[in-house]
Amino acid sequence: MATIGKKKSKSTPAISTASLPDIIFILLFFFMVSTTIKEVDYKVMVRLPQATQIKKLENKSLVSYIYIGKPQRALQDKYGTKPVIQLNDQIADLSQIPQYIELERAKRSQADVPKMTFSLKVDKETDMGIVTDVKQEMRKVQALKINYSARKPYIK
Amino acid sequence: MSVDKGITRKLPPPVPPDAETPKVKERNVLSVLVNKDNQVAVNGELTEISLVTEKVKDFIINSNDDPNYSEREFISELLEKEMAKSEPDQKKIKTLKNVIEEIGDIPKSKGVVSLQTDRATKYEVYILVQDAIVKAFNDLRDDLAKQVYGKPYNDLKEEQQKLIREVYPISLSEAEPRRIKTK
Repeated sequence: MATIGKKKSKSTPAISTASLPDIIFILLFFFMVSTTIKEVDYKVMVRLPQATQIKKLENKSLVSYIYIGKPQRALQDKYGTKPVIQLNDQIADLSQIPQYIELERAKRSQADVPKMTFSLKVDKETDMGIVTDVKQEMRKVQALKINYSARKPYIK
Repeated sequence: MSVDKGITRKLPPPVPPDAETPKVKERNVLSVLVNKDNQVAVNGELTEISLVTEKVKDFIINSNDDPNYSEREFISELLEKEMAKSEPDQKKIKTLKNVIEEIGDIPKSKGVVSLQTDRATKYEVYILVQDAIVKAFNDLRDDLAKQVYGKPYNDLKEEQQKLIREVYPISLSEAEPRRIKTK
């Protein structure tokens, strides 16, 4: 009977930290996989229109973007409230489009240039006038493959 | 995760100023107009956007040879025409022959859908109409694909899709926008 009540030493055993590196690595991999790199800083507000006949854009490295929409609130003092064009990180002028397209082409290898697609991310409230002007500029420099960026309608 | 999706289209190449515009018979053109108040008119008739797809399909299929809809030409006729040219396009001849072999000698529409917008048309409406027109062609392709191969168009092999595309190309022409009068 005396042995049952015998007291062991009170100190709690140390928590094993052997699995700590595993947990850290799993977290690290999770964030690596789930992170997307932001393409650009949006200077314009773009709410995409909805469409049903949409296709995924293959080969993202061959896609360049042109954004059209109203400037962000903070920038409206400077650029006004009319829809403007954004190329890369800057609000640009219509006349800068051919130059932008040339720059984008120069980034790719010669063989890839004909496969390039220009994705037009246009706010749905924009008037067609500016969109058409952009398309005319693109035609002039033979940038003919375009993609009207849109999203799937919500299924009710 | 954001995946980039959208309607892929090809713009027409720039037209040299002295080039003549190819003449297309009036019955082979289905004009779709969108005015500044975002109203849609198909061949001058005010139409709901939801009906555009059906109208385009009727216009292209024209199974009863209605003179109000587009003219049709059999693939074999196209093949003869191509061979009669002074510089026949061998690739095209091969494709046409394959079409006859695989799908059969079926009629192909000469119809072109012309989409015109006003400068003040809203982009959202333009995309809706564009979407409706593209849907018409995609539906036709799907129907033919199911008829011939028993599968929807997207499940076909690339060569099979090419043949279907030959029969139903997306013939959508976008004219330069102008101010469209409102009624």
